[in-house]
Parts: sequence; structure tokens; C-alpha cells
Amino acid sequence: MFASSGADLPFPTYETMKTLLSSLIVLAFPVSMAAQIHLPSVTLRSLDGKTVDTKTWSNDGKPIIVNFWATWCAPCKRELSTIADQYDRWQAETGVKLIAVSIDDARSTARVAPYVNGQDWDYEVYLDPNGDLKRALNVNNVPHTFLLNGKGEVVYQHNNYEPGDEKELYQKVRELVGKK
Amino acid sequence: MAKHPSSRDHLLLCLLLYVPALQAQQGGGIHGNFSTDAQYYNVDSAIGAVVPDQRLAANSWANLIYTNGPFEAGARFENYTPALAGYPAGVAYSGGGIGYRYAKYKQDDLEVTVGNFFEQFGQGMIFRSYEERYLGVDNAMDGVRLKYRPMRGVYLKGVIGQQRLSFANQAVKGPGIVRGIDAELSLSELLDSNWTSANNLIIGAGFVSKFQEDRDPQLELPQNVGAWAFRLNYTTPRWNLYTEYAYKINDPNNKNGFIYKEGQGLLVNATYSVRGFGLSMGAHSFDNMFFQSDRSAATPFDLNINFLPPLAKQHTYNLPATLYPYATQPNGEVAAQGELFYKWKKGTALGGKYGTKLALNYSVAYALDTTRLGAADDTTARVGYRTAFFSPGKRRYFQDMNIEVRKKVSENWEFALTYLNIWYDIDIIQGKPGQPAVHADIFILEGLHNFTDRNSVRFEVQHLSTKQDHGNWATALAEFTFSPHWFVAAMDQFNYIGDAKLEAKGLEQLHYPIGSVGYIRNGNRFQVNYGRQRAGIFCVGGVCRQVPAANGLTLSVTSTF
Repeated sequence: MFASSGADLPFPTYETMKTLLSSLIVLAFPVSMAAQIHLPSVTLRSLDGKTVDTKTWSNDGKPIIVNFWATWCAPCKRELSTIADQYDRWQAETGVKLIAVSIDDARSTARVAPYVNGQDWDYEVYLDPNGDLKRALNVNNVPHTFLLNGKGEVVYQHNNYEPGDEKELYQKVRELVGKK
Repeated sequence: MAKHPSSRDHLLLCLLLYVPALQAQQGGGIHGNFSTDAQYYNVDSAIGAVVPDQRLAANSWANLIYTNGPFEAGARFENYTPALAGYPAGVAYSGGGIGYRYAKYKQDDLEVTVGNFFEQFGQGMIFRSYEERYLGVDNAMDGVRLKYRPMRGVYLKGVIGQQRLSFANQAVKGPGIVRGIDAELSLSELLDSNWTSANNLIIGAGFVSKFQEDRDPQLELPQNVGAWAFRLNYTTPRWNLYTEYAYKINDPNNKNGFIYKEGQGLLVNATYSVRGFGLSMGAHSFDNMFFQSDRSAATPFDLNINFLPPLAKQHTYNLPATLYPYATQPNGEVAAQGELFYKWKKGTALGGKYGTKLALNYSVAYALDTTRLGAADDTTARVGYRTAFFSPGKRRYFQDMNIEVRKKVSENWEFALTYLNIWYDIDIIQGKPGQPAVHADIFILEGLHNFTDRNSVRFEVQHLSTKQDHGNWATALAEFTFSPHWFVAAMDQFNYIGDAKLEAKGLEQLHYPIGSVGYIRNGNRFQVNYGRQRAGIFCVGGVCRQVPAANGLTLSVTSTF
């Protein structure tokens, strides 16, 4: 390949190698650092006792919200309750699906299903009792929300919850499906 | 160099063509997170605040995970310069370095992990390695883990390694070796190829053994200690029934007074729920179930092989959460819990325009009924005691009855009212011998008001009354949020005692004011606090650590990328 580039430089010199290396570092590193976060493959259990690999999560090409929460986390519950009041409209307008991943451990995993039903939430809920998905997505603390596009790439994330944050989240969902 | 511009251009072109090819390799990339908690300590003798020699302390962590197709590798840098006062829960951490690293390969139905990993069997009664970073609990395994699914519905796991004890420029491992296998059958998945059944029965069994050399000059101690557990979980769309039984051979250790007695545990849990209604009932009995990979571990937080979940609601409001939380007594307890959630729907008499939510909880824990064997100088004393499993003794450790009603009353106002009645054996639970049990009544009012779409205020008023321990407390909190980026909060906890006998013992009234400001942007969060922090108990999940009183400035930063 190099030989065909010209008789004046049959082999890469030390200098060109240095350029090549530094270009590699400059180019390759930012590229891989900036690579989209994809959903990792982690095995979780659904509330009805089914074992599910997270890489099979899909929503027919429409956006998915992945929300990390726990029954002992007050802001998490505020966030999911607030969204629950608007969830019908969100789904009708954008087809978005919310997956709630509970990081409750053995102490409170049994409380998750009664709590979710007691709140009348309509989310798909999974249990992550030893934090496997939480670690794989580098979540520090809950609540933490990821928005995935139709290809399963993270396009937005938000830590913490303040009343009103759901509006910003929903704006991002609308942008994803081409609505302003 | 200027002589060969064309060739260099050519090279760059090749590179540009090559780099996207690299990138296209199944999303190979590096992601991670970072967090730091730093604190500057002021002198404040009124509250007995800790003042370490190094007035500035910081805990920092960074995780990096590289993934490429089926391959994954990760490492965590940790830095304690020095560690925050009261951190971690067990043996001290110091210095900086890599405390956790692993490589993992996952192809089809086989997953291989070498290095550090976290894992649990069932609910963890015989094996759970996990981390709660903010508590300083981390008993990560360092060794090898295999997970294999030979066919649909069959899950096998095998682990071997040593556990993390503490950190001194690198992870410090405990002396024991832990080995375990676990098998789980998910019957609907196994027998029904389309998995159309709404019901499922999961059967699981695990075996764990630890090895630790016996160097005791007097006692002949078991070097290999085995434990096994069996579990059943039946689920239907409405019901979830779970039970797990665990047995451990005699395991003389410093927590049980080196007695040669077997341990056992049984937990049962049943939940029933439909939209708008949820009910959970649970009970357990634990007997002699401390299981640590060092029989002489310095604290109950170190080198735990198993995890015994407490049957008590974990409260989120400041006073009940940090003053009197319950922790499992692994040497023996019988406990039960019932919890109910109900929602009156919109448009009903009690539901009103927006619905009303109710939560009721009752938890209770007793000592195990035991009979000591033999006199102190008798060899039968080494067997310890006799007990009827699941029979509560006379001593009550803990009881918590609470009710919460939450109601949105208008578009912009929401209220929650909570009452708790707590009975707490502080002698046993917090290790304060001779102190009388605490009986506390707590009332909490929480309100949330939205000024605009994105600006709101949340406030809490809490009152705790008791004639024991530190007497009465009143707390007020206000938190202003400006979505999506800012929040400002202020809180004062006033320990006004309100009891002549306690005041006669020298207790003084104290205020604990603290303020915080936070900024959040996407996956990044910054928070600054300034003020007094009350000594208390800080819990995450099922574990709690004592936090000393402090006065000063703290800075927390977390980031996910």
C-alpha cells in the first residue's frame, strides 16, 4: 500500500510512524470514548418470575426509558409516580416504553411487586438485586434515567429527580420521534 | 517533512478509513463513572464532632469498563486520602490504587469471569458478595466465576476465590477461601418451549464451603465449613410465594463465642397484588448464621459470605431512617413483617380528583428462645445452646407500626402524612449495654408545591418524642428545586429533649442546621453541604453504618459517562 504511494517514500519513516501513532491516539481514543452507550447484556428477573436478558429489550424501534429506582428511594418514587400520571399520553403520542429497574436487594425485593401494583403503575419492572445492570451502566446512585433510541443507544441520561425533570425527559422523547 | 505531504495525506486517509472500521467492531468502547465525597472538618465540641488530624478527607472512585462484543474488562480506581470519618463500616481503608478489576467473556450460554466479581445465590442466605459503596461494604470475590445455561430454564453457577477485606493501596483479601455452586431450574421455561404459561415454579439449590487454616493453640476448629440452601419460588400474575432454607455446619467463630453448633435459617414470603392493591407478608428465623470467611473477623461487616436481610421497612424520612433503624441479628432472631399498599382511584369518594395512596406496615423481631447447655467449665458448654427453631424468646428487639397517607389535592399541591410507633432495643441493636429500650412516636408532614412547571418546593416537618435515649427531636426541611439543573435545601434538626430526667443526666438542647446546594447536568451531579451533621446511622439496602457527628463542608461529585 505504501509502496504504491510513490517511489520517493517506499516505507514509512520514523517520523511518519510517529504521525501515524499520534493520529491513532488522537483519533481512535476520542472515537471509542465517544462511542454510544449500548444496553449491555445482563440477566434480570421480571416481576412475574421470568428470566430476561436485557439485550432482548425492544420497543419496535421506538424509544425506551430505562429508570433505576428502589422502594427505599423517595425521589425515585416521586419521579415514577409523576410520570405514571402522564404515561398514557406519552405512550399515545410517541410510543415510548418505560422500563423500571429496581435495585432493591434481598431485604426488599419481595416488596417491589406489591408496591408497584399498590401505586397503580403501568411500567415493565425488573429486579436487579445485586446491582449487575446498575454496575454495567455505571450508575452511581438512584434515581438515574437513560433514554434509548430505537437502536438501543443511550441518547440522554439524567441523574437525580426534581419535579419538572420529567418534562425535559419527555421533550427528548418527542425529539427522538421527530416531534418538537 | 514538508517534502512528503502527499504520503502523509495518504496515511491519514488510510487511518480515517481504518478508524471507523475499528469503531464498527460491535461497539467496542470505554464507559465508566466517577464519584468523590470530600469533607472539611471544623471543631465543634458542643456536638462532639470528630476532628481528624487531617482536616480534609476524601473518598474517590472511578470505574472504567471496556466492552467489545462478547468481551468485557473493567477496573476501579479508589482513593482514600484519608477516608471520611466513620468510613468504611469495617476494617479501615487507606491510600490509592486499583481495588477491583476483572475480565469477562460471554458467548452463547457460557460466561466466564476472572478477577473480581459480585454474585449471589437465591436471597443470599449462604452466599452474597456485593458492594454498597456509600457504606464502605465491599466483599467482592477475587477468583473465578462460571455461569452456564446447559438448556433453556437451567442455570448453573460456580465460584471460587477469596473475599475483599479492606483496602491499602490495593484490595486486601481475607485469609479464607470461598467455594460455591448453585443450580436453578425454571420449570415453565424448561417445559414450555413458548413459555406461554403465566405461572412459574423456580427450584434452586446451592452449596458453599469456606476453608481457613486452624491455628488455634487450644481448640480443634473445623477448617472446612460447609453450608447449603434450598429454595422454591412460585409466581402467578397475582401471587409470589418464596421460601428458602439454609443450613450451616458447626462454625466456631468470635461472633458466636466459638461454640460448636450448627446454624440454620428459614425465610418465607408471600405477596399478593393487583392494580391498586398490594400485600406482602414475610417471616424468618435465623439461628447462629454469622458466616464470615475469617472466623476471627474484626467486625460484623467484614468478609461476610452470606447476607441476612432484615424484615423491617427502610424509612426514607430523616428521623426514623437515621435514629432507630433495625439491623438483623445473625446470632438469632425470629421476625415477621406485613405491609399493605392501596390506592383509592381518581373519582372515588376517598380518591378525590387525583387519587389517594395508603401504606401500612408492621414489623417485629424477637430473640430466639434458647436454653444454655452445660456450665462454663463444662465441655458441653462448647455446644452452646439448645433452641426450638422459629420459637421467639421473651426479649423483643424491635417493633415498628407505621401508616402513611399520600394525596395530591390540586394540580400544584401534594401532601403526605406519616405516623410511626417504634419500639427499639438499643442495647442489642446499637450495642449500648444497659440502655433502656426506646419507645418513640414520630409524626411527619411532607408537602410538595409546584410554583411553575419546573420550579417547586418540598418541605418536611418531623417530630419524634421519646423519654429514652436523646429525648425529643423536631426537624424542619425545605428544598427548592429548579429543574433540570439546580436545587437548594436547608434543614434544622432540633434535639430539644423535653424530659426532666434526661436533662438531669446532663443532656443539652442542640440544633443541627445544615444547608446544601446542588447542580445536576445529565449524568453529572455536584453538591455542596455546610453545617452540622448529627451522629446517626446511615443505611443502604440491608446494612447500616454508624456515622459520627461532624461539622464542616462537604463536596460530592458524581458522573456517569
